[in-house]
Amino acid sequence: MRSNLEAAGFDARFSALVLALGAIWVALAIATDGVFVSPRNLYNLSIQTCVTAIMACGMVFLIVARQIDLSVGSIMAFTGMMVAWTQTNKLGIEGNVGWIASIGVGIVGGLLLGLFQGWWAAYRGVPAFVVTLAGYLMFRGAAFLVADGQTLAPLSDNFQRLGGGLQGSIGPAWSWLLAGVGCAALILQTHSARRSRAAYGAKQHPLWADVLKVALIGGALLAFVAVVCAYPDPSSETESGKGIAVPVLLLLVIALVLDVVARRTRFGRHVWALGGNPEAALLSGLPTKRLLLQLFMLSGALAAIAAVITTARLGSGSHSIGQMAELYVIAATVIGGTSLTGGTGSIAGAIVGALLIQTLDNGMVLLDVPTAQRQIFIGLILIAAVWFDGLYSKGGRK
Amino acid sequence: MNVKRAAALVALGLTMGGIWASAQAKGEVIGVSWSNFQEERWKRDEAAIKAAVEAAGGKYISADAQGSNEKQRADIDALVTKGAKVLIVLAQDASAVLPAIASARAGGVPVLAYDRLIEDPNVLYLTFDNKEVGRLQAAAVMAVRPKGNYVFIKGSPTDPNADFLNAGQREVLKPAIDKGDIRIVGEQYTENWSPEVAQRNMEQLLTKNKNKVDAVVASNDGTAGGAVAALRAQNLAGIPVSGQDADIAALNRIAKGEQTVTIWKDSRELGAAAGKFAMLMAAHTKPAAIPGAAPWSGGPKKLTISAVFLKPTPVTADKLKLVIDGGWATKAQVCAGVAAAKAPAVCK
Repeated sequence: MRSNLEAAGFDARFSALVLALGAIWVALAIATDGVFVSPRNLYNLSIQTCVTAIMACGMVFLIVARQIDLSVGSIMAFTGMMVAWTQTNKLGIEGNVGWIASIGVGIVGGLLLGLFQGWWAAYRGVPAFVVTLAGYLMFRGAAFLVADGQTLAPLSDNFQRLGGGLQGSIGPAWSWLLAGVGCAALILQTHSARRSRAAYGAKQHPLWADVLKVALIGGALLAFVAVVCAYPDPSSETESGKGIAVPVLLLLVIALVLDVVARRTRFGRHVWALGGNPEAALLSGLPTKRLLLQLFMLSGALAAIAAVITTARLGSGSHSIGQMAELYVIAATVIGGTSLTGGTGSIAGAIVGALLIQTLDNGMVLLDVPTAQRQIFIGLILIAAVWFDGLYSKGGRK
Repeated sequence: MNVKRAAALVALGLTMGGIWASAQAKGEVIGVSWSNFQEERWKRDEAAIKAAVEAAGGKYISADAQGSNEKQRADIDALVTKGAKVLIVLAQDASAVLPAIASARAGGVPVLAYDRLIEDPNVLYLTFDNKEVGRLQAAAVMAVRPKGNYVFIKGSPTDPNADFLNAGQREVLKPAIDKGDIRIVGEQYTENWSPEVAQRNMEQLLTKNKNKVDAVVASNDGTAGGAVAALRAQNLAGIPVSGQDADIAALNRIAKGEQTVTIWKDSRELGAAAGKFAMLMAAHTKPAAIPGAAPWSGGPKKLTISAVFLKPTPVTADKLKLVIDGGWATKAQVCAGVAAAKAPAVCK
């Protein structure tokens, strides 16, 4: 079964994850009388997933390179406060200069915190676990100091659109256009891949498999757009749909770019090589220290983007955002098939992992499951996912 | 703002001193053991305690345990050695601090448990009444919407105060719930009192109830902020929402009409009372004889302790002037971005 799947170009691990997610969705849909799969809830779910998913994209790179970043939640809190503080105390909330500059401040802040941690981990040889554990404490404290523990509000209206709330989506017309472009790109890309495989005489996936793959991915994209367009915008008088939310768009762009970086660039290959065998990577002359430094900076910047979304969604800067985020991000990454022993992992897997965790959280509140039980359940899912992963990789070695 | 606040404190201290100086021992040393002075709010408390003690002719000394039980133990011994006649203790841990309290008592030094419970029958426990906070929250929301579907956004599941608050809220709503006027259509705890968690939970509760929610009883201003953000995304902002702490952001929401009430626990009031009571205890007043003290046994071990509970102040749109006049927030902060047409009187 598995070898058949793989011969057809499907990743068995990823397929299993998507099937598990599908099963959970069906169960939740039945248990909530369809409320779970209503356009409105799926729209909310897509936004709720973004923050974890964006940070998980960076965590994939770090864990593949045998590193870890425990500080992402605290970086979120600190950079979120910097963004809000720039708006409320420095540049003002009128006009567009203030909020755009504030995002710049946040991302530069995230990069600098990443630089700091990366320097200690890469050039001073302090284990990443320790460095980022220290960062976890320090940056949370720093977040408190930005405004002496106060919540900063109000924020710019245009900035708040980035959170996906009122006027926080791109509308049906643009959504369908994007979906169309996405499907066309997918078909073209598959076509050109087949052509070049044929040209070099490489082993070809069966045609039906490639067609099925395009149909599934394209179908999922179109279905998603149809769902978010079916959710009427509560703020508009007309019955127009919301379309893709701005934070989801951000996630899609980030995921696409990082997926290309991971699979098609020298940087990505270096990271995977480093994680697969650090000694060999060093001996073959890869700039391993610089790579690590860059990875921590990437993680810091992504945490800052997650902070922008969270802050925009809340409409205020709070120093208590991002608590436990590091654990959810690492859980999503691991559920998504990234191995803690390094060398393997995928962006798409991490995003589905984040979606799975958020699905459980979202669905169980609809079912009135109290917090404590929710936490136990998500913990069990994490163990099950890693156990399954272990079975899978043992099977692979036979 | 700071100048104003300082001026207000001095004024407060002077009045207190004027009233109480006659009854008190002059020149006594009052020792304060802080659990973790890094947290912003205790600076306000300290200024108030110091002002009250000095106005009554006493001397203020203090030590900061920096979040460590061991250090607090050593701090308390050191304060007694330095000549403190009364100790004000903000306990880092309610149980771990007990041996230090016992040794202070053996040395004839009475203890005032400040804001956090120390379960020892000989201390005076001084705090704001958390159950009362919950009652005030529910009452303010019910005053606006006496009937309909209610939602509880509760505090952190690991914080006992979250349950005290919810108990107070339910107490007030109970008659209306029994009559069927009010239906509780959802309730969720908020891990770590985190606003983003409150927002997600509120989104789910709104989805589940198809937006048929008429009022939100949120336990503090952080969670209220999350709930209001979720309401805003559904264009529902404006239904009654409660809060607590008088956060600047919450005061701003009240001015905008997005939140109904925040319960203000003025830590300067708590500090001034502590300084005042400590000076009385230095003049050999027993805890039970402190004005306003009553026996209380609501702690985990059910010991009977003399306690003074201060009444918190509900701040609604028509009471915003209170926090501005008190120097807690400035008019500019409270009224930021408030539309002139719908502005409450204080912003005009």
